[in-house]
This record gives sequence, structure tokens and C-alpha cells, in this order.
Amino acid sequence: MLRKLRESKPLQGTLLIAPTLIFMVGLLIIPLMLTAVVSFGKRNSDGGVIYTLTLDNYTRLAGFSTNCDSGAASCFDPLYVNILGRSLTLALQTTIFVILMAYPLAYFIARSSPKRRNTFLFMVLVPLWTNFVIRVYAWMMILRTQGVLNGLLGAIAGVLHIPFAPLDMLYTPGAVLVGMIYEFLPFMILPIFTSLEKIDNSLFEAAADLGANPIRTFFKVTLPLSMPGVIAGTILVFIPVMGTFIVSDILGGRQVILVGNLIQRQFLDARDPTFGSAASLILMVMTLIVTYFYTRKFGFGEEIIAV
Amino acid sequence: MNPHRRAPLVLVMTVLVYFFLYAPIFVLITYSFNSSKTNIMFEGIITQIGPTKLVDGNVVQSPCGPFHWFCELAKNAEVINAAKNTLTIAFISTICATIIGTLAALALQRYNFWLKPFSEISLYIPIVIPEIVMGIGILTLFSQVFGFLNSSLGLTGNTRLALGLGTVILSHITFSVPFVALVVRARLSGFDQSFEEAAMDLGANELVTFWRVTLPMLLPGVLSGALMAFTLSLDDFVITFFTNGPGSTTLPIYVYGLLRRIITPQVNALSTVWILVVFTAVLLLQWLQNRESKA
Repeated sequence: MLRKLRESKPLQGTLLIAPTLIFMVGLLIIPLMLTAVVSFGKRNSDGGVIYTLTLDNYTRLAGFSTNCDSGAASCFDPLYVNILGRSLTLALQTTIFVILMAYPLAYFIARSSPKRRNTFLFMVLVPLWTNFVIRVYAWMMILRTQGVLNGLLGAIAGVLHIPFAPLDMLYTPGAVLVGMIYEFLPFMILPIFTSLEKIDNSLFEAAADLGANPIRTFFKVTLPLSMPGVIAGTILVFIPVMGTFIVSDILGGRQVILVGNLIQRQFLDARDPTFGSAASLILMVMTLIVTYFYTRKFGFGEEIIAV
Repeated sequence: MNPHRRAPLVLVMTVLVYFFLYAPIFVLITYSFNSSKTNIMFEGIITQIGPTKLVDGNVVQSPCGPFHWFCELAKNAEVINAAKNTLTIAFISTICATIIGTLAALALQRYNFWLKPFSEISLYIPIVIPEIVMGIGILTLFSQVFGFLNSSLGLTGNTRLALGLGTVILSHITFSVPFVALVVRARLSGFDQSFEEAAMDLGANELVTFWRVTLPMLLPGVLSGALMAFTLSLDDFVITFFTNGPGSTTLPIYVYGLLRRIITPQVNALSTVWILVVFTAVLLLQWLQNRESKA
């Protein structure tokens, strides 16, 4: 037996990967399959699952009530479709804003001297390492009606002698967007920086020698070569934004309900794991489709581990 | 990249983005010295030292002076317990995930076996699915399995299987392993195998070669993988939220619970401590890395 192990390379490889596979299959693939099975089930009165094969949860998600007269006009309620749409829109908005903010900063860091570069990168890491929940709380303090931003605006208005009434910024879609941008900005800066740093200096010299101005050089050389970083950053931002429920919970109150909140409530308050599982599966399919089409052209770079 | 030219627009954006990143942290820290108990407005810092005295809901005097909320924090048993849980989970899951992930990286980089394509795909799953999907999947699995075992083995009371530290640690290992494997594998791919061949030529067997050549060369990769696993575990909210049970509350879960109730500057004091600890840890690591690269 031992001799066989010493001689067989495939056996050694399988042995080395075995612990990983136990975790990946046991706590990832089986749970995902279980989620799929549960999503076709029915809930019983105490929040348990009756295993059946019904599409009720999916038709409910699509907006068609199950206990409804056929043909009635009021049957269709796009509540959940709207939640899914809102989550997708918010994730796209967040990603776009984050790219626009992260790119110049990553570009600046990549162009600074190697010694300063570490300091600037460190300065990106510190906010990232303060806890996720704590970061949302900071924005809660800033955006509150009696919070920091209103205080600041009030002070400015006072100096300029303009009448000022505090703005209601917390519990709005805008607050959720700002919170999401803040949470995920570093996840875009680091991969873009990594891909910018790799670009060979001689390419810029060549572009300049051939008569390209800085703007042309940027669009023809820098941007295309940094795309792997942007792609990796997008994966790292878009996917978590789609599934996060804390930001919308704390900064959106009950005003902004995303698919993450919907799923969370099915498991905790509403006690309908079958419906929650269906929503979760749809969420997974949505992110996988977007990721697939997005990475098909560029693939995963090693920038994905830049964080 | 070319270090010379800098567009003014880039500079302005850089300053603004750094401001955006740091302003909230500055606010958090400032408010941890707030004398206002409700913590809605900043009412100034606590200036007097002496027995705790309240005026109109504001703390005007405290035995700890301006650090009143930090002292309250140190006395808060729930916080201390949550901190203990957070660190226990982070340490155990980091050690396990680092070992498992390093073995996986070796397998994927050095060996061919028929489960390889499947293994590679499965390691990408945690990166491309939202955490909540994974969280509720694991929750469903544990509740079904525990429910089944509890009823079939007739377990009651304290012997009942339930969500707790164990389930949180297992879930944390699961989402950390892929990241460790990726980082270590990236390091292995730029690896000069001639050192190992030399060791074998000189008569070292596979195990000795691994311990004395491969592992030391791999160590920086393994350490950055471990560091990543540790931060992922410390920062995790979503998966912990679904897999923890009574008695296994972590700091993020505890803070989240507070945010939905009354918030005193204690939460800010906790944030300040957290930020300081992380800041010191990162500085220390940078210093260690610099020393290593110079040596």
C-alpha cells in the first residue's frame, strides 16, 4: 500500500487535494444542492420543509400568486421582480462609481516612486481592515438627520446666511449606494493597481516616440493593458454587492429592500426557507450569468488575489 | 510605470478619494470621546476626572476622563466574550485553512489526477457566488443534519447538536481554503524546481526535501495566504450570521445587534480599538516584510 503511494503520482495528488474536496463538497456543493432541493419544497407550519416537487416558490418570485383565480387581472404582482431588478441596478451603479473612483487612485499609486507606493497602498488597506459592519455604522453617523454631514452643511449655510433645513439622507437609496461604494472601493483599487504596475515602461516611451499624446497613450496602451485588473475588481465588487444585506438594512432602513434582505428575512423573520432558497438560487444564477459573460473575454487574472 | 508625468485631474481625484476613505474613520474615532450618551450629536469630550456624573444625559465626569467609553467597554462582558470568540474562530480556521489550502496548491500545481478539473472548479465557487448563498446553504445543511441526528439518536438538552463555535469555524475554513490555495499556487508557479532536484540528487528523500527546501521557499506565500484567511475570518459577517448560535457571537455580529438598538459611544470606542489594533498589526507586518526583503 505504502509502496503504491510512493510510486503513484496521481494517488499522491489525490491525497493532497482530499481535505480540500471534503470541505468543498461537504460544505459548499452539497449545501448548494440542498438549497436547490429545498427551493422546490413547501414550508410547514413551524418553518420546516416538506420535500415536494413544486414550482410554487419560483412562480411566486416571478410575481404570480399561487392561490389566485386564473385570469384575474390583479394576479400579477412584480414585487420580487422589482427587488431583483433593484439589486442588479444598485450593483451595476456601485461598480461603475467604484471604477471611476478607484482608477485614478490606482493610477496615481502605480506612478509614484516605489518607496512611496507602499505607503499609499497601506493607506488603502487600513480602511479595508476596519470591520465591514463598523464601516456601515460610520456612514450611519455621517448621514443621520442630526449627523455630521448635516451639521457641516448647516455650519456652511450659517456662514453664508442661507436658510438651511437638515436633509433626510439616511434611509434613502442614495445612502445605500454611498455605503456600498465605501465598502467595496478598496477591492477595486488593489487589482487595478496590480495590473497597472505590471505595464512595461518602454511601452509608454514607444507610444510617445511614435507621436501619441498622453490621452491617446492612455486609451490605446494603459487602459487596455489594465483591463484584467478592472475585470477582477468588478468580480470582487459586483458579486458581494448583489448579496449583501447589512448595508441596505442599516443605511436603507425598511425603504431599500434588496434580494439579500429578502433572503435573510425568509430565513429569520418569515420562516419560509423554501422561498428563501428559491430567491437564493435565482441570485446565484444571476451572478453566475453576469460573471460568465464578463470573464469570457478576459478570463480571471491573478489580479483576483491582489487584495 | 512611468513615475514622472502626473495629470492634475489624477492628483485631485486621488486627494478626494483618500478623503472619502478616511473621513468616516475620523468621525468614528472622534465620536468615541463624545460626552453625549445618545451619541447623536457631538457634545464635546469628557474633561473631568472623578466619579461618573451625568448632566442632561451627558457624561461630564468619569474616572477615566476622556476615555470613559473605553473603560465601559473593558467592563462589558458581552464584548470581551465576543472578542474571545472572534479570535478563537479566526485562529483555528486560519491554521486549518492554511494547511489544507497549501496542500491543495501543491496538488494542483505539481500533480495530475482525474479529480483535478473538478477540484479547480470547486475552488472558484466561493469567489463567484454571493456569500449569502453559501451562508444559507450551510445553515440549511446543518439544521437538516442536526435535526435528523438529534431525533434519531434521541439527543436532548446539552447533548443536542446545535449551531455554535464549531459550525462557524467549519464554515470559515470552507471560504478561506480557496484563497489560501490561490495565493500559494501563484507563488508555486514561479518556483525554481532545480533546488529541489539538487536536494534529491544530494540524497535527501521527498519528505526531507519538502521540509528543508520546498517549505522554506514557499513560506512567504503560505504566510500571505494565512494572513488573508485571518482577515477574511475577522471581517466575516454574512456567513457567521447564518452559522452562529447562542454563545458564539462574534464582534461583527455583536455590533450589528447594537446598531439595531440604542447606540452609545461604546460602539465607537470598540471601533477605535479595532482600528488601532489592525493599524498596528499591518504596520508590524510591513516592517517585518521590509526587514525580510532587505536581509
